Amino acid sequence: MIKYDIRKNAYYDSVTLMLISKEIKTIDGVTEALVGMGTELNKELTVNLNLMTEQLNEISANDFYIAANVESEEVMTVVISTVDELLTKKKVESGSEYQPVSLNAALEMQPDANMVVVSIPGKYAEEEVNKLLDNDLNVMLFSDNVSIETELNLKQKAVDKGLLMMGPDCGTAIINGIPLAFANVVKKGNIGVVGASGTGTQEVTCLIDQMGAGVSQVIGTGGRDLKSEIGGLMMIQAMEALMADDSTDVIVLISKPPAPEVAEKILQLTKKTDKPVVVDFIGGDHSIIKSVGAYPCTTLEDAALKAVALSKGEVPEDFDGFAVENDVIDNIVTTGLSKMKPDQKYLRGLYTGGTLADEAMKMLGHTFGGIYSNIPLEPKYELKSLTELTGHVCLDLGEDQFTVGRPHPMIDPSTRSDRFVTDIDDEVAVVLVDVVLGYGSHLDPASEVATSIKAIRKNLAKKDKDIFVVASITGTVGDPQGLAESTQTLEEAGIIVMPSNAQAVRLVKAFMSKLSGGRYE
Amino acid sequence: MNKINELFSKDLKVINMGLESFHKDLKSQDVDSIQMNWRPTAGGNEKMMALLARLKTKK
Repeated sequence: MIKYDIRKNAYYDSVTLMLISKEIKTIDGVTEALVGMGTELNKELTVNLNLMTEQLNEISANDFYIAANVESEEVMTVVISTVDELLTKKKVESGSEYQPVSLNAALEMQPDANMVVVSIPGKYAEEEVNKLLDNDLNVMLFSDNVSIETELNLKQKAVDKGLLMMGPDCGTAIINGIPLAFANVVKKGNIGVVGASGTGTQEVTCLIDQMGAGVSQVIGTGGRDLKSEIGGLMMIQAMEALMADDSTDVIVLISKPPAPEVAEKILQLTKKTDKPVVVDFIGGDHSIIKSVGAYPCTTLEDAALKAVALSKGEVPEDFDGFAVENDVIDNIVTTGLSKMKPDQKYLRGLYTGGTLADEAMKMLGHTFGGIYSNIPLEPKYELKSLTELTGHVCLDLGEDQFTVGRPHPMIDPSTRSDRFVTDIDDEVAVVLVDVVLGYGSHLDPASEVATSIKAIRKNLAKKDKDIFVVASITGTVGDPQGLAESTQTLEEAGIIVMPSNAQAVRLVKAFMSKLSGGRYE
Repeated sequence: MNKINELFSKDLKVINMGLESFHKDLKSQDVDSIQMNWRPTAGGNEKMMALLARLKTKK
């Protein structure tokens, strides 16, 4: 039977409610459940789950509801009391702090506030961010589903007022040493970073930290900043601030290839500073970057290495190899290959970080055949079905197709855990994953991956098979999850942990080339 | 000095509007952060929001 509980004017954030929904589904006697606010999206999800009723049509985005398919009235009572328990737990965790309802009240409590992190539903962002900019506040806009017209208006206003408006869809920033939203604990130093890509920025800043250097400021722009419509407004604003900043000696720019005229504008600006500028327009053209005297990069790791070299006054060199000797890599590959059966031939890249997935596909190119994806490099490799995978596949699990009604896989790794079960079949030889640590991320993503891989290995062992699993960790020793602890967890599950995404991909490339080279060419 | 470079020279003081975990992360690092109890204007009622917006522009 389908039962409901509706509470008018009770607001909770979507991530909390999605996590509660997940808990509720594990209660005995519950076949399906949704706990959410009465937004249009949630109503649609409720229809898809066959839990809809007319009552729900009448509620608004400010009303809270539980819809569940339960065995009996008693089970529903358990559902309601469990939801209450989880909501109370959340309240207790947030303590007895007063939470102001209006911006004016918040500013009375924090009159010298200088940064507002906004992660409300995108359709309300324009109104709120306008108010913030009117109050001379810098903004990090995490929300997505904000139109490009709104983005342009907000950014123009921020530029006119000399403020930061990072986003929309900006997940990563480190301002004055403080990580905001999804960011890592990176040492202070003299490298300033401007990134249009969240996980790309996390990877570069973590590697800078691991190489013993540090960052002055890390400014996010949101992924669309370098499109023609926006014209790089925030990247330019951020670059000018870093050019004028005495604590910044080297500037790093990270973005997918920009619109040509935007690239031109940004690269021309690099000529106006004596500070070296390292540019990773991921997979983009190097010649125009070189022509203005900036330093192009082949990978995110290469960007970090070049920035660190320049920050010490050294001459940067291209890096396209491994941190260990080649014979160590050869040994890893040979050992892995010896365990493969003839029908094992495919790659599965299961990424939580979109830029890392993109980098992987760009580095692998067509070495061993095209790679199908939900973010393919060429339209012909667009996956037709997300449920029946064939050939080599690399997925960005943070994309909308995978996150409807559930949090981003960096927060809730169960999306990927589910994909491990469905996507790794008998013909898969290699699994490539990222593990992103830092604030905002899950408390122990490495354990989630390790548990899944152990289960897969146990099943494969029954058929006398094994699998070659390669991971890289985007994290630092200062991160709450711990880099060393996460590495250990993965290695204990027989996962090969490489020092960067680029090196993980290179190892996979070496392995897959020999696999196909030995058997299929 | 422009406002962004001014920001670089000050302690970060945050107002968090939305996901509370971001606020908790900041608190755990002893950063000054205030969590707002944000709710959509007019309870997310789009007709009411449009009316309010019209009132505001007429001010």
